[in-house]
Amino acid sequence: MKKEKIIEGFLFACAAITLLTTIGIIWVLLSQSFSFFKEVSVWDFLTDTQWTPLFADKHFGILPLLTGTLLITVIAMLVALPLGLTIAIYLNEYAPKGFRKVVKPLLEVLAAVPTVVYGFFALVVVTPMLQKLIPGLSGFNALSPGIVMGIMIIPFISSLSEDALYSVPKSLREASYGMGATRLQTAFRVLLPSASSGILASIILAFSRAIGETMIVAIAAGQQPRLTLDPTVPIETITAYIVQVSLGDVPHGSLEYRTIFSAGLALFVFTFLLNNISFWINKKYRQEYE
Amino acid sequence: MENGNIKIETKNINAFYGEKKVLHNIDLQMEANTVTAFIGPSGCGKSTFLRLLNRMNDYIDGFRKEGDVLINGVDIYSKNTRIEELRKQVGMVFQKPNPFPKTIYENVVYGLRIQGIKDKQKLDAAVENSLKRSALWNEVKDDLQKNALSLSGGQQQRLCIARTLAVEPSIILMDEPASALDPISTAKIEELIYELKQDYTIVIVTHNMHQAGRVSDKTAFFLSGDLVEYNDTKAIFTSPKDQRTENYITGKFG
Amino acid sequence: MSKRSLNNQKDRWFQYFGIFSTLIGLILLALFIFQITRDGIGRIDWDFIVSLPSRFYAKAGILPAWTGTLWIFALTAIIVIPIGVGAGIYLQEYAKKGRLSNILEINIANLAGVPSIIYGIIGLEIFVRVLQMGGSLLAGAFTLALLILPIIIVATREAFKAVPKSIKEASYGLGATKWQTIWYQILPIASANIITGVILALARAIGETAPLIVIGALAYVPFVAKSPMDEFTVLPMQIFNWVSRPQHGFLMNAAAAILVLLVFVFILNGIAVYLRNRSRKKFGL
Repeated sequence: MKKEKIIEGFLFACAAITLLTTIGIIWVLLSQSFSFFKEVSVWDFLTDTQWTPLFADKHFGILPLLTGTLLITVIAMLVALPLGLTIAIYLNEYAPKGFRKVVKPLLEVLAAVPTVVYGFFALVVVTPMLQKLIPGLSGFNALSPGIVMGIMIIPFISSLSEDALYSVPKSLREASYGMGATRLQTAFRVLLPSASSGILASIILAFSRAIGETMIVAIAAGQQPRLTLDPTVPIETITAYIVQVSLGDVPHGSLEYRTIFSAGLALFVFTFLLNNISFWINKKYRQEYE
Repeated sequence: MENGNIKIETKNINAFYGEKKVLHNIDLQMEANTVTAFIGPSGCGKSTFLRLLNRMNDYIDGFRKEGDVLINGVDIYSKNTRIEELRKQVGMVFQKPNPFPKTIYENVVYGLRIQGIKDKQKLDAAVENSLKRSALWNEVKDDLQKNALSLSGGQQQRLCIARTLAVEPSIILMDEPASALDPISTAKIEELIYELKQDYTIVIVTHNMHQAGRVSDKTAFFLSGDLVEYNDTKAIFTSPKDQRTENYITGKFG
Repeated sequence: MSKRSLNNQKDRWFQYFGIFSTLIGLILLALFIFQITRDGIGRIDWDFIVSLPSRFYAKAGILPAWTGTLWIFALTAIIVIPIGVGAGIYLQEYAKKGRLSNILEINIANLAGVPSIIYGIIGLEIFVRVLQMGGSLLAGAFTLALLILPIIIVATREAFKAVPKSIKEASYGLGATKWQTIWYQILPIASANIITGVILALARAIGETAPLIVIGALAYVPFVAKSPMDEFTVLPMQIFNWVSRPQHGFLMNAAAAILVLLVFVFILNGIAVYLRNRSRKKFGL
């Protein structure tokens, strides 16, 4: 039937748009980066320890942006990981059903709040608070946005990890309780190891999400690319740099303009790899129990 | 057998789910205006075979068949067959009542609406007629705008039959239509089948042997994908020719 | 102390830590919202809602910002709903299992994990430059549509999966075509869950800032957009702009604008939750 075929064609076109999007992303990032790397060697890009495309003395070393990104991400994970995992275990093993039913959607709210709002939170509330505790803390720093980002990604870890814990067969749990183990022992000796791959997948996904997060760092971390692991001084992440260039008036087609594509490419490659590792682990672990 | 009366005929049917062969060389002829029952233990292929007759298996991933199915002498798997036309000819009632979550009225007229029939009088007439034939009219005639899901299980199944009748098929396939129902509803459905056979050719899958004995003219016994025996129902139940049939009917397995 | 009672004690301590962990994020969020409300509520008055931005914080308002957010909400919805639902239907009902559908599926999962700022970069190249939309509402809406497309596709697929197979079979059994079955039976049942997913995705879209910065949405827009081709700002952009200024007064403005944005976002989330619960009751999905 003709009408049926036309509809199917339209629906296929819709699905094909997703492929075109990916091709578009890769094409745009690669073609612009290609022009960039004609002027800047890949070696310099990967090894130079300074990133100063907007200054007179130009350096194009991605390392400061990368360390900045990783520093903040690690701080975020240090906050989110213990809290998220504890929440997952608590909701799975300890919490009364009613509590769980109320709290789960509430935790999702943490991820629903726009990130610009968290940026404000980091800059206006958390940094001044931390400055009272850490006297030398700069107004822009990695610590405060890292902590706030950690709070934001709690639900990513808690909800996916909880699913993973939940799918551990009941028989394992009962066997552990049957031998007189406490809930805590059961959780750490039986459940966590059994669900480890699912939990790992959720951690990697949260990590990827933190790497790509933009507004919190653009607002509260500063705009000074520097190669440091000191969380108390201003730094810059890949994402914050892209924002910085976008806000300025760098002429289209210039080398400075192209830096956002090479920086974007680095960001894309990182998150792409992490996401796929996470999918892969998740897929493998599903097969274990299904 | 006289072939003037043959409504459905299958030739050398083999069917597969992926690599697994689930039907072996099934040859069967069903006459018009009879009730044919397919019996056999679960997993014997009787439902798969039933669903071949209106191409309901087409949507199952990895399903494949060999051989021909002829209805009124026409190959229903040929390129020229429009599957929607086929299903108007060959209606189907399923194991669990599956009314649409809409009004009783909309359930019955759905098959007509999708054919593009909009005439209100025609639709009203079809609703009354079909519900009367499925012995549901008296129970629901004042509640046609009520949601079909508010009916009891037995009523829902009769609604599904009415919905099928509204399309005016000549064949009705029933896949264990009473297995989810209580005894009283089951009796009503069986009564209905008996009346409907004057106008329709009915094929019913059941794993309730007594039901097969009560409603059918012919019975086919399936086992592990083979058609073991096919004969008049009376003959099957009183003097089965195959030992396996006898074992099944006398309850030695199944 | 015996080993057993020590273990029990540890168990209890962990329980307390569990409650603490569960609540700490929420408490901090509540605290923060409380603080923002305290800072911002005083700034919210009729003038603030209907005024244009200004160099003077006491005169500045959010009219272009919230109207821009409404524009973006509507345009993004118009673009993304047919494409996202269409793609979801294709993958769930039409695509034959095989290489192509596998690739499509993996690809969509990947797109869902691409950082939002990257969408800004391709929006900049494709919509702003190649398709010459400039930094317009339309370019912003297309960019955000791509960003939330994977969410809507997944929501559509899940909604379709939840519809019992028996409904589909009943419809086919009556001679309906595939599309008739989808249109008359599956879609009406799935629609509540689809709408829930769409609303959640749109709530995310109107909170986005980074991709819009990259495509060149303006921080200072002294007019209300009248057509999709106009330049624009949105609430998150306005908030970002005010947060970046040194004067304390602008921070108060930012707090007030955040309150307005949060009201938008929470209302949308509330509607989504309400719809989901209603459809659970109605269809048992």
